[in-house]
Amino acid sequence: MNETDQFVFSEELETAILALKDHYPDPHAVVIPALYQVQDAYGHLSDESLIRLGDLLNVPAAEILGTLTFYTMFRRKAEGQFHINVCKNLSCHLTGSRDLRKHIETSLGISVGETSADGLFTLGEVECLGACTESPVIEVDGEYHFRVTPEKADEILDDYRRRAGEERRSPGAD
Amino acid sequence: MSEKYLTARIDVENSTSLETIRQLGGYATAERIVKEMSRDEVTNVVLEANLRGRGGAGFPTGRKWTFMPKDFDGPRYLAVNADEGEPGTCKDRILMERDPHLLLEGIIIACYAIKSKDAYIYIRGEYLKSYQVLEKAIAEAEAAGILGSNILGTGVTVRVHLHRGAGAYICGEETSLMESLEGHRGHPRPKPPFPAIAGLWQKPTAVNNVETIANLPAILEKGAAWYKSIGTEQSSGNLLYQVSGHVNTPGVFELPLGTTARELIEEHGGGVWKDRALKAFIPGGISTGYLPADAIDVAMDHTALMDVGTMLGTGGIIVMDEETDIVESLEILTSFYRHETCGQCAPCREGCAWTHKIVKRILDGKGTPADLDQLEEIAQLSERGRTICVYPDAISAPVRSALKHFKGEFLARMENGSQSVLPGATS
Repeated sequence: MNETDQFVFSEELETAILALKDHYPDPHAVVIPALYQVQDAYGHLSDESLIRLGDLLNVPAAEILGTLTFYTMFRRKAEGQFHINVCKNLSCHLTGSRDLRKHIETSLGISVGETSADGLFTLGEVECLGACTESPVIEVDGEYHFRVTPEKADEILDDYRRRAGEERRSPGAD
Repeated sequence: MSEKYLTARIDVENSTSLETIRQLGGYATAERIVKEMSRDEVTNVVLEANLRGRGGAGFPTGRKWTFMPKDFDGPRYLAVNADEGEPGTCKDRILMERDPHLLLEGIIIACYAIKSKDAYIYIRGEYLKSYQVLEKAIAEAEAAGILGSNILGTGVTVRVHLHRGAGAYICGEETSLMESLEGHRGHPRPKPPFPAIAGLWQKPTAVNNVETIANLPAILEKGAAWYKSIGTEQSSGNLLYQVSGHVNTPGVFELPLGTTARELIEEHGGGVWKDRALKAFIPGGISTGYLPADAIDVAMDHTALMDVGTMLGTGGIIVMDEETDIVESLEILTSFYRHETCGQCAPCREGCAWTHKIVKRILDGKGTPADLDQLEEIAQLSERGRTICVYPDAISAPVRSALKHFKGEFLARMENGSQSVLPGATS
């Protein structure tokens, strides 16, 4: 691999990752917050990005890989623009999460684990999201939606479609 | 109606802003104790109040603190467990999102008592909003000189660091939390050494739940006697009970420890929905197992629930109506444990997987009565100290209690194939 091929982080990202070290007596603790930073920047965690992160933190990339595969919130492959997670644990199940999940699958024309043809949505089914008194619950990239009915789910999907459309119309907008 | 002190401010307008909270007397207690009380005096008040941990185990908080070595001059840490993941539990999220300064004031008090300069709040990854609200609250408190070095001009240092988890139930176990915070897979550590002796980075560490910490400002403001006057003899104070599932008005309710399950379900939860009868409820998160409807008069505190063979856990009640299919519900719960076992110890890794496979087989109508004995045997072979942490005991509770109280439903599944024997079942 020659120098021009080498995968590099932006200066901004590198600075942000190195700044995390201020919070911990041992820099190894930076691994998980740094993985979030890289994932937020690139959408997923490629082999190249892990090797680069390993160099930056002086932690073997294989060890970083070993850490991240323990957790469900890190992605190794490119996925949809939005990640919809339907809670499947007991409180949500008792109040209709299975039908809700099936409805979203039909609406998007995909099954759990897949990405919609327009590249907008990746659908997941997850364990307890910690909002049991507001069940059934779905979470979209950290945003919670409570007491979701099939009708409300369609409105939520439309809302994200609108947001994606607005982002496309105004490139570079914050 | 008892006085609320955990959720008293959550409905106030701008409840997350420092200015609002200062006007309501926020941080006054932390300021007073740091200026006027010794560290040991603070610990003694907490010991005397008999504050018990709100994360599930109910261990006395003050005693946990006293296990930390007194004569150790190096760094020591407070780890705040905000990895709320026990299904049925959703109280810490409310506190963090709607009154972050209550938690931060509690952190100052705890750090002062245990002589820690650094607190780490380990927040489950999905709680992005909690993270963002706390991030802003910490920045505001730092700018006002309430957090950081030389807080409130006292020479005391309390730095608060936020750390996101990344999706792993086991990281709510205190030693797993520390492994994860240090940047590793969340494998629990053998105890001893206990975190109080060798915790984060092998230094003395207190690990306390969010709600536990949120109790501290009121205890230090009003005193141990006031605190002990709330609740029951062995369980002092209010608890954030959560009522979810088949009820008319699910919600989070701050009530004295010892409130009965009947009051919580019928009064605060608005009763079982659709005019149906109660079949079962889980008292404190799924790891506390099922109780049948006739246990509804149990007092929801540490002792009374022990007496009926379970525990208070997190106070997260899940209500199931008469049409609930218990076999189907147990399949969901065992699938959870199978997914979330860290895989470190064979009895847990294999036990959780086989338990789920067998329950699924019964649900699919392919089970035999011998499967029920097998489930009991797996529970026996994996629980009670055969693994590094207590995870296998957590799966045993729902399995054992389901078989104890609802064995007939399992046997009926075997006779009726995959058809549920219940009217209106959805599977």
